[in-house]
Amino acid sequence: MTFLQPRHRSAVIFIACLAVFTIAVTIAAHFGLVSTSFVKTLGKTLCLCLAALAMDLIWGYAGILSLGHMAFFALGGYMIGMWLMYARTAEIVVASLLNGGLPATPEEISQGIATQIFGVVGASDLPAIWVFAHSLPAQLALVILVPGLLALVFGWLAFRSRVTGVYLSILTQAMTLALALYLFQNDSGLRGNNGLSGLQNLPGVTASQDAVSLWFFWASAAALAVAYLALHAIVSGKFGSVIRAIRDDEARVRFLGYSVEGYKLFVFTLTAVICALAGALYYPQAGIINPAELAPIASIYLAVWVAIGGRGRLYGAVIGAALVSLLSSWFTGGRVPSIPLGFGTINWVDWWLVLLGLTFVCVTLFAPKGLGGLVDRFAGVHAPDRKGAPLGPDQGSLQEQEAKE
Amino acid sequence: MRLTALLLAAFCLLPWPALAQEAARIVEENRAQIEKPSRQTIGPVIAELAASGDAMADDILSAWAEKRLVIRKSDSAMFVAAPDGDGFALTALDGTPAGTAAKGDLTELKPNAGVRGLIATALVQFTLSDPDPAKRQAALTSIAQDPTAEALEPLRAAIATEEDPALQAQKVRLERLLTLRFDPSSEARVAAIDSFGADLGLDLRAALNPLVATTRVASATPPDGNLARELRLGADIPEDEAYALLVAANLAPARLTLEEQRAALLANLKDGMVGGVPLAELNTQAARDRAYTALEASGAVPVAATDDEATAALAAAKFYEVYAEPDPAVTDAAQAALGRIGTKVGVMQTADLGLDALSLASIYFLAAIGLAITFGVMGVINMAHGEFITIGAYTGYVVQLFVPDYTLSILIALPLAFAVTFAGGVAMERLVIRHLYKRPLETLLATFGISIALQQILKNVFGTQARPLTSPAWLDGALVINDVVSISYIRIAIFVLALVFLAFFLWLMKRTRLGLEVRAVTQNPAMAASMGINPDRINMLTFGLGSGIAGIAGVAIGLFAKVTSELGTDYIVQSFMTVVVGGVGSIWGTLAGATMIGGLQKVIEFFNPSNTLAAQTYMILFIILFIQFRSRGIIALRGRAAGD
Repeated sequence: MTFLQPRHRSAVIFIACLAVFTIAVTIAAHFGLVSTSFVKTLGKTLCLCLAALAMDLIWGYAGILSLGHMAFFALGGYMIGMWLMYARTAEIVVASLLNGGLPATPEEISQGIATQIFGVVGASDLPAIWVFAHSLPAQLALVILVPGLLALVFGWLAFRSRVTGVYLSILTQAMTLALALYLFQNDSGLRGNNGLSGLQNLPGVTASQDAVSLWFFWASAAALAVAYLALHAIVSGKFGSVIRAIRDDEARVRFLGYSVEGYKLFVFTLTAVICALAGALYYPQAGIINPAELAPIASIYLAVWVAIGGRGRLYGAVIGAALVSLLSSWFTGGRVPSIPLGFGTINWVDWWLVLLGLTFVCVTLFAPKGLGGLVDRFAGVHAPDRKGAPLGPDQGSLQEQEAKE
Repeated sequence: MRLTALLLAAFCLLPWPALAQEAARIVEENRAQIEKPSRQTIGPVIAELAASGDAMADDILSAWAEKRLVIRKSDSAMFVAAPDGDGFALTALDGTPAGTAAKGDLTELKPNAGVRGLIATALVQFTLSDPDPAKRQAALTSIAQDPTAEALEPLRAAIATEEDPALQAQKVRLERLLTLRFDPSSEARVAAIDSFGADLGLDLRAALNPLVATTRVASATPPDGNLARELRLGADIPEDEAYALLVAANLAPARLTLEEQRAALLANLKDGMVGGVPLAELNTQAARDRAYTALEASGAVPVAATDDEATAALAAAKFYEVYAEPDPAVTDAAQAALGRIGTKVGVMQTADLGLDALSLASIYFLAAIGLAITFGVMGVINMAHGEFITIGAYTGYVVQLFVPDYTLSILIALPLAFAVTFAGGVAMERLVIRHLYKRPLETLLATFGISIALQQILKNVFGTQARPLTSPAWLDGALVINDVVSISYIRIAIFVLALVFLAFFLWLMKRTRLGLEVRAVTQNPAMAASMGINPDRINMLTFGLGSGIAGIAGVAIGLFAKVTSELGTDYIVQSFMTVVVGGVGSIWGTLAGATMIGGLQKVIEFFNPSNTLAAQTYMILFIILFIQFRSRGIIALRGRAAGD
């Protein structure tokens, strides 16, 4: 039974926990113990966990701190949102034209859709990028193709010229900012800062939002499970060893004959596609998407979740994303009691970000393994104790105490 | 004024005694109209008064406009009144004093605003020669704002008597501006246009542009009038607009819009058929056209142009642009003058763009120079750099709360902001960054944590609305070189500040003991330590210095930007870009990077002025591509110091 080997144990436990959680939520929702909006929140959280998994692969395993992966997440959302909005508007337009007396011509329908969608930004023609919006399979393909190609081109340019470390982080951040600023324009073809809205209404579906929210919850859980298993297979095989080696010393891996750029490019593109899929599941539950979702800060939060959960272990990313995003919505929802001090009151809506920021600093300083480190302590796993001064001039060189042993 | 007018009136009485009664006579003849004036009909009366040559006309008109023209109730006689104690001193319309009267004995004439405007225009010719220079100035301004042909003659007459050289120059310029528009002689107008050369004044362009205004007409033969050019269909005039001209000229029937066609078809729906086509088949445009043609044939709907007919009509007609101004010599001269001005304006705009770019570059340089130290020299990514800029700006705001004098408060705020952010930077280095020197990516994240915490604390303390940081009065306004090129003093001050920082930084790094030690620790901490330098202390001071400069930059930026808790965030990505593009570790590189980014942004904005978002997008894309080709920036450090 290979799946019972110790190196697969975490994956088995994770899938079991996820299954129990999904079933529990389904039962609770069936008996009305949790509200529809809470099911949606949980479903969205699972999507964020999926994005965090991707972030963990590229940062925790491959050592590339990308500050642009939420851009791929939002792009995936935009791609599916285009179909949702187009198809939904088409239903409404066709219904209203039926009342006009004459049967509608195809031109009238497409003109009506364009006016309905783009009236808000003062345009009345469908931009060229909406050419596939009428077709669900085409837009689903675009969910993967657009972010995937963007990541491929950007990654190829960046890795080819050996942009590494913090420079790469800044470059990816700049990419996100450029994309967000571009989408904020009204003539970007995606409704400027109005974004796409009404995405929670599935065209052709008459079921209530209670049912739809559960469908999306299941889909998100299934996507998370599949992605977890796939990524687990990737990182526990030879490929995982190579990308970890790249993280620890890129030059040595290159001298051993591996194509470092190829590996990095593959990981960068793969994680971008996973993020895009997560986004495509997330935004129909959120109901609205606008360029603010691409702000550089969102991608940094993704890194924060992974860091708090624990880098370099897949379940760490999921724990971090789930915990921080749920805590965040709890604190900013205004339901946490304020703490009265003598000179003033700590109102958590105002002070939650301060707490998060400082917690994050402390985690970075004192618990670089994040919450996952607790699991290590519980399981009795310890890192080698490398104390003493380095013997050589470089980082990672032999430490003096190791040399004695 | 009154006395002078009386003296003037007395003086006028001597040479032209007949004229002295002229104004009174005109008033008497038009008494009914003057008592109940209407804007439409009173014009000729006012013009006649103004042209009478009687010195009293000025007094009568201005009294009328100021509601001082009164009627004595006892005998219905009309007087000019002036407040005198409790009552009024009266002057008869021929200029002789007529005693006093109480307010109750008089009825005031109250012309409405429109009539008062007409009177004011008429009064201009008197005020152009008024002894008071302020009044003459006001009259000139009024003519310049609303130039009329009538003002030309009085203006020419008033030039010779003008004594003030500045007013004289204004009058001459205004006279030429009026001449080129209103003079009856074509030669005079062309001469006036040519006399300006390539003058950049907005008033000149405002006078020239109406001369070259055109209207578009459609006709089969070239129309009468001053023809500007023939329009080529498609290239010069879009087909829709051309067809609209044809319709307006009654050369073609109106085109059928889809909406009208739809309504017409619906109106002729009979037994589920329209024009012989079943209703269910009308779901294509071709079927609808077929049905409409059938209806046209039966006469049920008006004939409308189909696409073919419209194309034929367009091909048969010709389209012309015709000048509103009938004189070809004048329009040619005006076109030539506008061309000359356009060229000169282009040159000036380039100069102005250069100044703008320079000023934006100095802002980026100021924001980035602190980063050039912490990131460029020490290799520490400080995401909280933006918040230090914000803290500097808020320090300036707090100082202004206590020190009301703006000049003094800025002078206090600059060193205080440096002190506050220096302390913040040192604390941050000691508590956090010192532990992370070997882990640059985690420095980035930890400083980001500090950044969101600081930003939220600032938001909680100062609120979300923008706080004012007011610059001293001597920094208000702008250095105006001409109507195109100008730069505000505050931007000049920021430019100077950037230069000062550049000089200070170069001096610090190249000429002081501290700079030497910083460079030593940057290149090789272990070797520097063995030479007796304390790397901990140097790192702490360097980081404090970088943060302190961010604080000073914050005060400068706060002077022109809105001080909110997100002030720094707006500059952080650009600042990192500036350092990376310029070349990490080189202050000249940072300067070059700031110049390039500032210049580039302004140039892109120039091509697409309405869209600064697009400008920023393209700039970032350009930077990403730029880094592909010069991954170490414009000025790359050579040798081992460059690291990796």
